[in-house]
Amino acid sequence: MAEFETRARELVHDDQLGYDQKLRRLAMLATDALPYPDISEACREALDKRVICDLYEGHAPYTPRYVLPDYERAVRQGLDFLELEPPRDLDDALAFLQIMYAHVPSVTTYPVYLGDLDAVLEPFVTDDLDDDELDRKIRRFWIGIDRMVPDAFAHLDLGPGDSRITRSILRVERSLRQAVPNITLKVDPAVTPDDLIEDAVRTVFETGKPHFVAHPMMVADHGEGYAAVSCYNSLKIGGGAHTLVRLNLKEVALRHTGDVESFLATTLADYVELTAELAEARIRSLVEEQRFFDTHWLAAEGLIDLDRFSAMFGIFGLAECVNLLMAYEGHEPGARYGHDPYADAVAQRVTERLAELVAARPMPYCEGGGGRCHLHSQGGIDLDDAVTAGTRIPVGDEPPMLEHITTCAPHHRLFAAGISDIFHVDETAVRNPSAMVDIIRGAFAGGMRDFTFNLDGNEFVRITGYLVRKSDLATIAEHEAVRHSSDHLAAGSEEAYHLTQRAVKRIGCHERDPR
Amino acid sequence: MTLGSEVVRIGDPSGFVADTITFSCVDGPGNRFVVFLQGCNFDCVACHNPQTIPGHAAVEGHHPRHVSVDDLLDDIRRAAPFLSGVTVSGGEATQQWRFVRALFEAIRSDPALAQLTCFVDSNGACATDVWDRLAPVMDGAMIDLKCLDPAIHLEMTGHPNDQVLASIGHLAGLGRLHEVRLLLLAGVNDGEALVLRTAEWLAAVDPHVRIQVIGFRAHGARPHDPPLVEPTRADLVAAADLLRSVAPFDVSLV
Repeated sequence: MAEFETRARELVHDDQLGYDQKLRRLAMLATDALPYPDISEACREALDKRVICDLYEGHAPYTPRYVLPDYERAVRQGLDFLELEPPRDLDDALAFLQIMYAHVPSVTTYPVYLGDLDAVLEPFVTDDLDDDELDRKIRRFWIGIDRMVPDAFAHLDLGPGDSRITRSILRVERSLRQAVPNITLKVDPAVTPDDLIEDAVRTVFETGKPHFVAHPMMVADHGEGYAAVSCYNSLKIGGGAHTLVRLNLKEVALRHTGDVESFLATTLADYVELTAELAEARIRSLVEEQRFFDTHWLAAEGLIDLDRFSAMFGIFGLAECVNLLMAYEGHEPGARYGHDPYADAVAQRVTERLAELVAARPMPYCEGGGGRCHLHSQGGIDLDDAVTAGTRIPVGDEPPMLEHITTCAPHHRLFAAGISDIFHVDETAVRNPSAMVDIIRGAFAGGMRDFTFNLDGNEFVRITGYLVRKSDLATIAEHEAVRHSSDHLAAGSEEAYHLTQRAVKRIGCHERDPR
Repeated sequence: MTLGSEVVRIGDPSGFVADTITFSCVDGPGNRFVVFLQGCNFDCVACHNPQTIPGHAAVEGHHPRHVSVDDLLDDIRRAAPFLSGVTVSGGEATQQWRFVRALFEAIRSDPALAQLTCFVDSNGACATDVWDRLAPVMDGAMIDLKCLDPAIHLEMTGHPNDQVLASIGHLAGLGRLHEVRLLLLAGVNDGEALVLRTAEWLAAVDPHVRIQVIGFRAHGARPHDPPLVEPTRADLVAAADLLRSVAPFDVSLV
């Protein structure tokens, strides 16, 4: 109890945290005073040693980690709980969404999914509304999102088709240059026009957004009703993920002696089961103990459905894992992931084995994933040290772009819940956006699911998938409060990885820290 | 058959290649695979790759080599899904025009590569019939016009500009002039009167031609006495405005 008091006092006295940020951390402190869900000794030990990780979702989960309300249905039927009629025009619809966002639950307290806004809003875009007026309305709404949902994990989706809303959003993005909201453009090679992708590429040059996903691959895994949310997490609309547990493959490899075969057969299988045990305990706590789905109005009004939920099985540190296995087998130190065909083949065997193990492990309340967890290549959090995000090649060690893409691409099909490789391009690309269109199309033709690139010298830095402004990081370094909660996570990552100082920046995903 | 001093060889010709770049966004439309050929008939004071000019000092890590069309095709095939096309640059590409033609023919006849466009980046100093030979397999050429004034051109490149001007006009007639590039050196070839004359000359060739105005950058160039001067951004904008005042050119700045 003394520790609880000390921690609570530190939080209320912390000059770098704003009011909302203090409130959320105090709430987390209270939840963590409750007992942890029942897990085995072995699972507990793996958790304490940080071989597996629950991403600090709290001891008693009372909301799913990622909730993707069906906003299209919401605007069609209205909201009983919030006493909102279905909107009749664009102004109504924008106000409706803004109100609804304030009530969507999430582990960050801010919604991680803001809707497929082209699909939600295009029905309200009438012919008598010219582009200038449309932009003015979107602009006002956009400023509202950034100030009222100050969290770069708040994410909306556009595409694969073109629309006036999509073009307006991209124009407003370029003019406002806000860190929030994060954006994904769904790209269907057969549907998405080149000039829309090029418009999006120009927007990346200005704001680091959007992220691009391969629509056909996503539809094959999730059906048409999917969205990319938070940082590269692809899940079902009207569903979501109960939890995200993750396995540190570097730590698993450190606990292994022997060759690759025995690693795949026993050590990896054992830790996959411990990770799955943790996921199951947390899911049961949320669904059976806290009874989220029996009590929340989104479920009651049919805007989310337990049957569309799954859980995310995250992995990271593939690069270190592979390089350790190579050393165990006596290969030269130069024979490493991203630079050696055998090492790359070992990496592929590890992820394929992971996919096989996760697909063989039934998981309760995960009908959205066919009764299994979805595999996710996790981008890292601000506390990760000396371990590479997801399946990425370590920062600074990446081969040239073509080799980089062809090394990463074979993993992408296995990670239905998202995988991130961030590519950095130099400023000459700005004069020739169609070159990036070529590369994006090539990446998707080559089997990539997710594609993100960042421009060197941009004010916006992708920390692990979410964006921050460099000027805000400088403000934290000077011990002043900033507006976006995600900026604090970024400051942690920045200190740990010196992300903004790298010559070649490939920035990781994020997530919440425990502080 | 002979053309100029070269003799046509049968079979898979090889090129004398300085280097290749798998992805480039600065050598023509879209993302391009670029082949830099070794050897140049100019000796430009502002050259960024003097190691490609015979007689100049070698640079560490620069190993020009003979490469067959088939070997290049293997590299291009791996990159093809990510490309708009292939550009051959230099050195001077037209010095090895037979190799360039063989490469482009091979690209056009390969079903996996036929969608790629084929461009040449050249100083324009070649016989116009070289372009006639290349035109059937080449989508476009980007030509550097170092200077319209013959005396200044000679001083800048060690070579007269009559072939360059003829190439620009000839390519426009063939429908293969993709872009003219004007490299500006402060105090050398950026005088207002000269830029205006250049604009008028280009307008007579094609009033809608794409023009890229490139400011000289000292990085990579050889030391020169007196030192060559980089134009300011304002100088380049002024030159672009001057060009646009003459004809509806598609002008961009680098």
